[in-house]
Amino acid sequence: MKMNVLQTILIFVAAFLAVFGEATFPLLRHWLGAQVNLLPAIMVYAALNANISVVALLAVFGGLWFDSLSANPLGVTILPLLIVGFLIYLRRELILRELPFAQIILGAVASAVVPVLTILILLTGGKQPLLGWGSLWQSFVMIVGGAIATPILFALFEWCQHALGYQPRAETSFRPDREIRRGKK
Amino acid sequence: MFKQKHYLALGAVTLAALLIFSLPPRATSRLKLAISSLFLPLFGLVHTAQQLPADLADSVLPRRELLKEIYNLRRENEQLHVQELQAVATGRENDQLRSLLAWQKQTPWKLKLANVIARDPANWWRTIQIDLGSRDGLKENLPVLTSDGLVGRVSSVGFTRSQVILLGDPNCKASALVENPAHDMGVISASGPLDTSLAELSYLSGSANLKSGQSVVTSGLGGIFPKGIPIGQIVDARPVEFGLYSEARVKLSANLGALEQVWVLFP
Repeated sequence: MKMNVLQTILIFVAAFLAVFGEATFPLLRHWLGAQVNLLPAIMVYAALNANISVVALLAVFGGLWFDSLSANPLGVTILPLLIVGFLIYLRRELILRELPFAQIILGAVASAVVPVLTILILLTGGKQPLLGWGSLWQSFVMIVGGAIATPILFALFEWCQHALGYQPRAETSFRPDREIRRGKK
Repeated sequence: MFKQKHYLALGAVTLAALLIFSLPPRATSRLKLAISSLFLPLFGLVHTAQQLPADLADSVLPRRELLKEIYNLRRENEQLHVQELQAVATGRENDQLRSLLAWQKQTPWKLKLANVIARDPANWWRTIQIDLGSRDGLKENLPVLTSDGLVGRVSSVGFTRSQVILLGDPNCKASALVENPAHDMGVISASGPLDTSLAELSYLSGSANLKSGQSVVTSGLGGIFPKGIPIGQIVDARPVEFGLYSEARVKLSANLGALEQVWVLFP
């Protein structure tokens, strides 16, 4: 799979807009009592389609953007995103990335692991996040939201690339050694 | 499976994360505000987009409707004017009584209106961002309220924006007083993560006589929130630790889930 600059730009723009949207549009929070985090889903896409430096940079910038609008200590989301992205990246040759089922499962797992690791780091650092029985429901909403969002994001990225990027030129069947020369020399 | 490039990427990011963690709190706070200022153009864009339908609606409002609105506003203005006269008279009387009793004179509240521009994207905190900052004179720990009641306090201040911790967040505690004959006092602290309309009132005495519907206001203790700001009403109470003390659930007066504009209270 070929990686290009447009894909990298799309990944970072999507991460930036996702964080902004989560902070600005509280509709899901009003309806379901929890906000869905799209960064794990974007990380799944990056880990399956981009190179390791994009995965690492997405963890850094995505984490910093998320924490800057949150009461999280700055940088706390970097490691959970990196761990998820890195683990998927290492096994990506074994994953059937084009299958929506695989995308859903990976999105769900990433959306479950990132908040759990973040909360573990927060608790280890002596912070007191707002936790209770309601957190189970919030986790459920985040997992389902992440699972639904991942194939949608994959399709969106593919569409954007198709619409904005250069299409690979189809290989010509012309071979000079098989050229049929007509007429007399 | 692991290539040198992988090790490098993993090591660099882990190092960067650890470096950011180990920064002093003040530097972290500044860095956080600097990074979040990247979102400012988008916040402005959203604000403009939200204003646009209202502006369009205003421009096509019929004259009759506008005249009716003016009439209602004039009436309300006159009522408020009369109430203000009464309040001034009461204030004067209050000042005289305070000077007779040699009590400290109360300073009137100074308020500044702020727009809510963002909410915490994480589910485990309750904070908002407002569009007032140090250029507007904001400082940390200033109380934030709506006309319904207390909302929270300013936790960090940038040049043009500030973060406000809402009631119900584990980092926002307020000394509260129940308006009952015994004037029971407790501390407003975090409740569950789902319902933003509830907060916990803890450290009440075991003999506290709490009833559903009793009003809870700030006690003035703690040095952050002035006395008498409405917080909410008691929903229910229960004894804790074999009746050593009591806890109560409080329904907050301000609707924290739908905040659009808030007042910052200056001392």
